[in-house]
Amino acid sequence: MTFFLSHFNYFAVAVLMMAGLFIVFSSGNLIKRTIGLAIFQTATGLFYISLGKVTGGTAPIVVEPGSAEARELASRLDPAYLAQHGVDGVVYSNPLPSVLILTAIVVGVATLAVGLAIAVRIREAYGSVEADEIEVLSRVESTQPGPRA
Amino acid sequence: MIAEPTFFDVNLAIDIVLLVMLLVVAGAIVRTRSLLTAIILFGIYSLVSAVWLVVMDAPDVAFTEAVVGAGISTIVLLGAILLTRGEAERGDWRRLIAPALVCVTVGGVLIYAATGLPALGDASSPVNAYVGRAYLEAAPNDIGVPNTVTAVLASYRGFDTFGEVVVIFAAGVGVALMLGFGPRASLAPPPQVMGDHHVVLRVAAKLLIPLIALYALYVQFHGDLGAGGGFQAGVIMAAAVILHALVFGLRETMAAVTPKVARSVASLGVLLYAGVGVVCMMNGGLFLDYDYLFPPHIEKEIPGWLLGGPESAHHWGQHFGIMLIELGVLLTVAATMVTIFYGFAGRSVDDAQREAKR
Repeated sequence: MTFFLSHFNYFAVAVLMMAGLFIVFSSGNLIKRTIGLAIFQTATGLFYISLGKVTGGTAPIVVEPGSAEARELASRLDPAYLAQHGVDGVVYSNPLPSVLILTAIVVGVATLAVGLAIAVRIREAYGSVEADEIEVLSRVESTQPGPRA
Repeated sequence: MIAEPTFFDVNLAIDIVLLVMLLVVAGAIVRTRSLLTAIILFGIYSLVSAVWLVVMDAPDVAFTEAVVGAGISTIVLLGAILLTRGEAERGDWRRLIAPALVCVTVGGVLIYAATGLPALGDASSPVNAYVGRAYLEAAPNDIGVPNTVTAVLASYRGFDTFGEVVVIFAAGVGVALMLGFGPRASLAPPPQVMGDHHVVLRVAAKLLIPLIALYALYVQFHGDLGAGGGFQAGVIMAAAVILHALVFGLRETMAAVTPKVARSVASLGVLLYAGVGVVCMMNGGLFLDYDYLFPPHIEKEIPGWLLGGPESAHHWGQHFGIMLIELGVLLTVAATMVTIFYGFAGRSVDDAQREAKR
């Protein structure tokens, strides 16, 4: 049970990723597919952040050593644990996953917007955002002579 | 034997509850065919994951997820379904078998692989014991800003962040090229509001918009000390502009923040970021090595009281460098988000239909 609970984050992330992947595979609608991709991406972020969590840690914003706040944080932990994993008497969670995922989220929304812009233009060209219909329409079109205006 | 902190505590309980909520919301997104429902649920999904990120000690990311996921991406998605269609086709259930099999198989493999990962919160796992800890130990001395996330983001990995800012800029350019920089024809005059039942909304928005903008600046300049920074502040600033457009109409907003200003500011941000790097090179350092931001003869002239005593003197370059590149990030992110919003909102449904008929 302890093992299940301590790895629950990873299991949940795997299921969330597959939910995103399933939306991308199963839905023919281009907008729904971009939502699926976004879910997949968020799940990746959750995975990174899960890996960077440290038990008993605090957010990686350095507390001044010896301040009242630092002492208060230290008082909650075993001194030996603190000595082994703490930095200047405070245990912090890992800052690196935060850095990677923070920028990835903002880049993610920018690329999401590009994907949606493409979907909007496809709708204007074919009158549909359903992959099946677009396929049929583009086949019809390729049999017609002359370029489309 | 070192006594580990109790493993099952209230944090883990909250963690599991929030993850279960995420799973439920994701399941609902899979099931729904209404795109509007899916988008609203995706907003909820982002907000719940933002709360979860706070529990996981990542307030910077939580901030970003809350503003971006629940704010901007919801608006962009809504703009997109306005221009397309609100409902997905019902698929034949037989066509779902193959995707479901693939997902179950891949998911099973992932879960099997996850059993080999270190337990949640393991302080001696390779991720946490080496590189993450090294940054935490070195940052106060090298950079001198309390927020280690900002130190790594803006200084150690400044070149990466520069690349990300350029990607965001490029995405903004891409959307603008595909959807235009806002309305190509002049927008229809705003409908005369009869009875004016939006008066509460408009008065509230008038109060809120300056506060949101001010808050964005607080997040921007507080990013060295606490959670925050250019990415979050940029998106919050864009949210202020978008709120104005939602309440007062796109036409009014485009008169205040013209699309031309938006795209100039977006490029200015990238230029500012790159410019800081080039200045460092001109003073004999490497690209974005802020220790060389000031030439030595100028650095000697800066009075000691300016930034918390003479012992922090060797951090001036870092402080100013981070401040400047965060400003560049703010400008690019805010202006790009506004440009993207103009692209979607300015392309009216008529426009889309006219283009479809052509």
